[in-house]
Formats: sequence, structure tokens, C-alpha cells
Amino acid sequence: MKQQYEIVVGLEVHLHIATATKAFCGCKNEFGLKPNSGVCPVCMGFPGSLPVLNEKYLEYAVKTALALNCKISDKMKFDRKNYFYPDLPKNYQISQYDMPLSEAGLLEIIAKDAAPKKIRIKRVHMEEDAGKLLHEEDNITRVDFNRSGTPLLEIVTEPDINSPEEAYAYLLTLKNLLEYLEVSDCDMEKGSLRCDANISIRPAGQAALGVKVEVKNMNSFKGVRAALEYEQKRQESLAQDNEKIIQETRLWDSDKKITQPMRTKEEAHDYRYFPDPDLVPFEIDPALIKKIKNNMPQLPAEKKKQIIKDYGISEYDAGILISDKAMAEYFLKCAQSYNQPKIIANWIISEILKYLNSKNMEFRYFDLPPAHLTDMLKMMDSGKISGKIAKDVLSDMITSKKSPQDIVKEKGLLQISDETELRAVIKAVLRQHAQVTKDYKSGKEAALSFLVGQAMKATKGKANPGMVNKLLKEEMGNI
Amino acid sequence: MENKIKTDDIKYVAELARIKLSEKEAGVLSAQLNDILEYINKLNKLDTTNTEPMSHALNMTNVFRKDEVMPSLTQQDALKNVPDGKDGFFRVPKVI
Repeated sequence: MKQQYEIVVGLEVHLHIATATKAFCGCKNEFGLKPNSGVCPVCMGFPGSLPVLNEKYLEYAVKTALALNCKISDKMKFDRKNYFYPDLPKNYQISQYDMPLSEAGLLEIIAKDAAPKKIRIKRVHMEEDAGKLLHEEDNITRVDFNRSGTPLLEIVTEPDINSPEEAYAYLLTLKNLLEYLEVSDCDMEKGSLRCDANISIRPAGQAALGVKVEVKNMNSFKGVRAALEYEQKRQESLAQDNEKIIQETRLWDSDKKITQPMRTKEEAHDYRYFPDPDLVPFEIDPALIKKIKNNMPQLPAEKKKQIIKDYGISEYDAGILISDKAMAEYFLKCAQSYNQPKIIANWIISEILKYLNSKNMEFRYFDLPPAHLTDMLKMMDSGKISGKIAKDVLSDMITSKKSPQDIVKEKGLLQISDETELRAVIKAVLRQHAQVTKDYKSGKEAALSFLVGQAMKATKGKANPGMVNKLLKEEMGNI
Repeated sequence: MENKIKTDDIKYVAELARIKLSEKEAGVLSAQLNDILEYINKLNKLDTTNTEPMSHALNMTNVFRKDEVMPSLTQQDALKNVPDGKDGFFRVPKVI
């Protein structure tokens, strides 16, 4: 029988923290500045310069670690991680080694078609980012140190993830949580959120871990999932053939959809960590922790419960609404001015999300005033416009920025509920489709919806569908 | 006394630190470092049972800076001493 394998994955996320200034100096912590214009002696590693910790960075770090249910250390220190690479001007990175900010957290995830699962967080520690290397030219690498010294958090899981789908769910859940915390813009395109993975396989049921392979260079969550799927297959096929899995670092190639060994010189990683003498140790004040706890925003899990409880939204729909903070806020604003939360949720989840997906746009850039949506829904509710017209009004509102009232007035979209007018339309439809009418009368129920459709078409979608149904039946009874 | 730091250790550390050493230099350094270690070793004779471990020479904690923007160097100044710079970038031999 073919041996079954289990995959074991641990993820390392590097999160860029959105303070105004860098971790240890007063340079702007900003993306998109002119190259090498946001640098100073500290973040360029000039001799004699002195790094000093940004207090906001610590505050955001504590906030994030608390939201991940971590234990905040009483004492922490910074260490130097030594290595040579052109993106690292000091030849060491200020990081944390044996006394990190926090340890032992938990994040609950729900992978696709799976039950909730708790992923243990091994540690969350603080470290500075390196500069940015650009390899566009032949034989030359260009270096921009603006990113050098910007604040990061490294969030490391225990090897608790057992499928590519779980890894994907973990990243989505983490990103969602971070958006609610407002400590980072979480923008993967800017590199604000980066993820490396450690993956090994072992025969199902075995307790000992297999040989670990590190996979890097994934630039999207879907990329992480695809890289793990590839690596799982690769390792399983090696194991089936009794070939050795080598401990190494591999790079994901998103074009070829494969991982390849990273070309490095054969040298052991020996970072020679030691305490950074430029930075004094830190004792994290319990009063600071308490203050941050008291000011913690409502987190996604809590918001989901609130939406289910206060607005009667289904678990599934509430899950979609909270999956994007901007969307949840939009829903809550709409729900304040229109007391049909389920209708609001349906319109957001079906129509608005469909529109955003077609434009490949994030919800936070959706600028339709909530009042325009609710005004339109109210017009639909009171029968002024039909459901079909409502969809047209919505897309019109999004592009023209006009109010639904103005759009309906200008385009003459008010629903026709006048019986005399509708009866005339219906009589004409029945005359035109005498055969279909006969079919209906001889018992073919489906013929009715065709006739309703024709009446809607004749009124350009403005007819009140309920009345059309009723009048159609009446008129056919008279034939 | 036995040599705690062998020539191979010196060579390994030198390689990590990108320092080129001749065989002779490695031998000299190994002997010197062993002397230093032996000297430092005197500290091990002290009774530290009641001494708290520390990670810093100064008895000081929690030195912070406010999250306020300070002027950076100009791009021109940042690149002033660079052997190879162009279009606002530092340029180095290709590393990928």
C-alpha cells in the first residue's frame, strides 16, 4: 500500500508597522520617497550614530502581540544579527534573539470546508527592515536605503499548519486581524506583508518531524498556497522513491509555478547574535499593556458575533462582511439608516462585491455614500422602483456619483404601478403572443414567466412585477 | 594550557567577517585570543550566586524617542562618499 504522508508547515510573516518614523531614527517611514532621500547616519549605519527606539513602534508591537493572544515579556532586549549583504548597511540587523517582545500566542482559523482550528504563535518579535535591492540592470544591483531601519514585526507560528489551505486561511485571518488593529497598511504589493514558509512531511501518524525545507519569494497569499502544494508533491514523490529530502532554502517561481534551490555559497548560517550595546534593555510597563488592552478596537471575531446577534445576519454572511474591515464598517453605517439589515447585507455581498471584483478594487476604495445605497433600497422597498431597476440605479450611482432620487427622476425610472397603464401593456403582450397564452391556458406554467418577461421588457423593467403577475392572470382568464 | 581557540576557529570567524588571513596570522591571532580568554577567565572565579544576569553594561532601561519626523540627509549628501552612484541609487556588483 502507498504510504500516506502528513505535511507540517510553520509560517513566518514579516509585517511592516505604519509608524510615522523609522524604528530607531527620525527618518520618515514612508513608501515611495525619492531613492535614498529618507536616510540618516543611524539607518545608514554610520560609525558613531546611536539608534533610539521609537515608542510608538513598541506600542503597536504590544498591541499586535496582544491581539494574537501572546504573552508580553516583562523584559526584552535587542540583538545584532550579523551577515553581509548590500541591503544591510551596518552588516547587522537589529533584531531580537533570546529575549523577544512576546511569545506563546494563538490565532483561530477556519480553513475552507473545515472546522475551526487554533494555530499556536511561537513568538512575535521586533526587528528593522533592510534596504531595497533592484536588479534591473545587467551586472549591477542598485540599492535604496529608504526602507532600511523601518519597523517590522516578525510573527512566527508553531508547526501547527497541516495543509496549504490552512496556510492560506491563516494568512487571510491574520491580515484581517491586522487591518482591524490599524498598525499596518498590510499592502502586499508594497511589501508591507511578506511570508516565508517552513515545510516538511512525515508518514501519517509519526510524531517526529521530517527534514525542513524553507520556501521564500512568494508575493501573494495564493502564491504561498501554490508553493506549498508544489512542495508537498515534490517531497512526497522523493519520499515514495526513497530519496533523501535535503534541508535547504528554495525560491518560489511564480511564473513557472515551481520551487528551486536558492543559489548560495556553501556556508553555514551563523549570525553570531549578541546583545546590541547601543540599545538598552526594556522593561515593558504593565500600565502600558493595560492601557493598550483598554483601547483595543473591536476585533473581527467579536464584530462577527455582534453582526449576527444585533442584525440577525447569518453566520456565513457575517463572515463575509467582517472579512474586510471597510466592508463591515460600510454595512454598519447603512444599517443605522435603514432597518432592513438582511437586505443591506445581500446587496453588499452580491451586487457591490461583484462590482468590486470586476474592477479588481478593494472595498476601502469604494466611495458610494452609504446614504445613497440605503435611499435606493428604501425606494425599492416602497415600490417606487423595481428590483431590476434598482440594480441599474446602483451602477449608475457608482459611476455618476448622483443620488438615487436624481437618477430615477432624470431617467424616468419610477416603477409603473398604475393599473390602467399596466393593463394596456399586458393586453398588447397577450395579443402579440397568442400561442404562448394558449400554452399557459393548456397547463404550461412556464409560459407565465415568459409573458411577465415580455411585459417587463415593454416597460423597460419599470413595471411592478407583482402587479404584472396578477394582471396577466386576470386578463388571461378573460380570454 | 590547551588552546581553546584553534586556528580553524579563527579561520571560520575570519571568513564570516570577510577578513583575509594568512596561515601565520591565523596562528598569531589564535594565540593572542587564547591569552585574552585566559585573562577574562579570572571573572569565573568570582562568586555570582547573588548577582542578577544582565545584558547591558549600563544600569539603564527604557530609553525611547517620540515618533516625530526629523530631517533626513538629502539624497545628494547620502550619496556623497559613494564609489558608484547614479540616479539617486547606490550601485554594487550584481548580487542575485
